[in-house]
Amino acid sequence: MDDAQLRLDGNAVAGKLREVFVDDMTSARCACGSCGAVAEIGSQHVYMYPLSPGAVLRCNTCQQVLMVLVHGGGRHRLSLQGLTWLEIPESVGA
Amino acid sequence: MGRVTRRVTETPRVLTLVLAVPDWPGHRAGQHVDVRLTADDGYQAQRSYSIASAPEDSPRVALTIERIDDGEVSPYLVDVLAEGDQLELRGPIGGYFVWDVDASGPLLLVAGGSGICPLMAMIRHRAARQSRVPTRLLYSSHSLEDVIYKHELDRLAGRGDGLEVIHTLTRSRPQGWSGYSRRIDREMLAEVGFAPEQRPLCMVCGPTPLVEAVANALVESGHPADRVKTERFGPTGG
Repeated sequence: MDDAQLRLDGNAVAGKLREVFVDDMTSARCACGSCGAVAEIGSQHVYMYPLSPGAVLRCNTCQQVLMVLVHGGGRHRLSLQGLTWLEIPESVGA
Repeated sequence: MGRVTRRVTETPRVLTLVLAVPDWPGHRAGQHVDVRLTADDGYQAQRSYSIASAPEDSPRVALTIERIDDGEVSPYLVDVLAEGDQLELRGPIGGYFVWDVDASGPLLLVAGGSGICPLMAMIRHRAARQSRVPTRLLYSSHSLEDVIYKHELDRLAGRGDGLEVIHTLTRSRPQGWSGYSRRIDREMLAEVGFAPEQRPLCMVCGPTPLVEAVANALVESGHPADRVKTERFGPTGG
C-alpha cells in the first residue's frame, strides 16, 4: 500500500480538533508557511491510523507538514510548525 | 447517546442503523459523527461515520455502516448491536464537506461505494426541502447488488425535480446492462457532469484513490479547485 492510499482529508481530524477548539475547525482557513497556499483545513491532507496517538496535517499543494496533533497522557499537544496563519470564522459549524 | 430504533439491511455488507438521539442539536448534510465503543476493561475504539439522514429527520439520525471483515468497530455495529441498544456518539462534526439547499450553482455528486452516505444526506435534504437545484449523482459500485439506497435513488430520480442518477458498475454487470462499466474517468465526468462555465459545486466522496482521480480530473477539466470538495475514506481499520 503506498502513501497515497493512506491519505485522508482534514475532515478526518474534525473530531480531534473539536477537543482543542470550541468551534468546528474544518472550515477555518490557513496559510502554508512553506509555499504560501491558502486553503480550508478540511481540504488539506491528513495522515493517521485508528490506533495512532495523533495525526499529521500536510499542505495539499506542497505536502509540507502544517500541523501535528498528539493526544496522550491526559494532554492534547498541537504543533503548528508549518502554518503562517490560521483564520477561524466567527460561529462556524453546528 | 443514541438508541438503535431500526436496523435496515442495504446490501449483503452494508447496514443502516437508525438512532433516536433525544438531545440531538441538528446537523448539516455531509457532517459526520464519531462513534465510540468502550470494552469492559476500559479499552476504547472510535470511528467516524457520515450521517446519511437529512437534517429534517432530526432527532432521528441514520448511520450507514459497511462491514469491514477484519475491522474493530464495524463488525460489532453490524453483527452485534441490536434494536434498543445504546451507542455513544459525538457530533455532529465537520463544517467543510457540507451542502445546504441555499448554496449556489448546480450540484455534482460523485460517490464510490459507501462514499454515497454523506451525499445521500444531501440528496435527502434536497428532497425534504423540495429543492429543484439541478443535481447529478455519479455513483461507482462493484456490482448492482452493491448499490446502497438503490430503490430510494430510483424513486427520487423519478420525481422529475432535476435529480439525475448515473451508475457505473466496475466489476460485474447484470445481463443487458447498458450503463457505464468502468472506473470513473475524465471522459465520463465530461459526459455526466456540468460544464465549468455553469460553476457547479462538486462533492466527491469515496476511497482515496477514486477521490483523488476524480478531483484531479475535474480540476484539469477547468473546474476551480475551491468548487471541488472531497472526503476521502481511507483504510481506517473499520
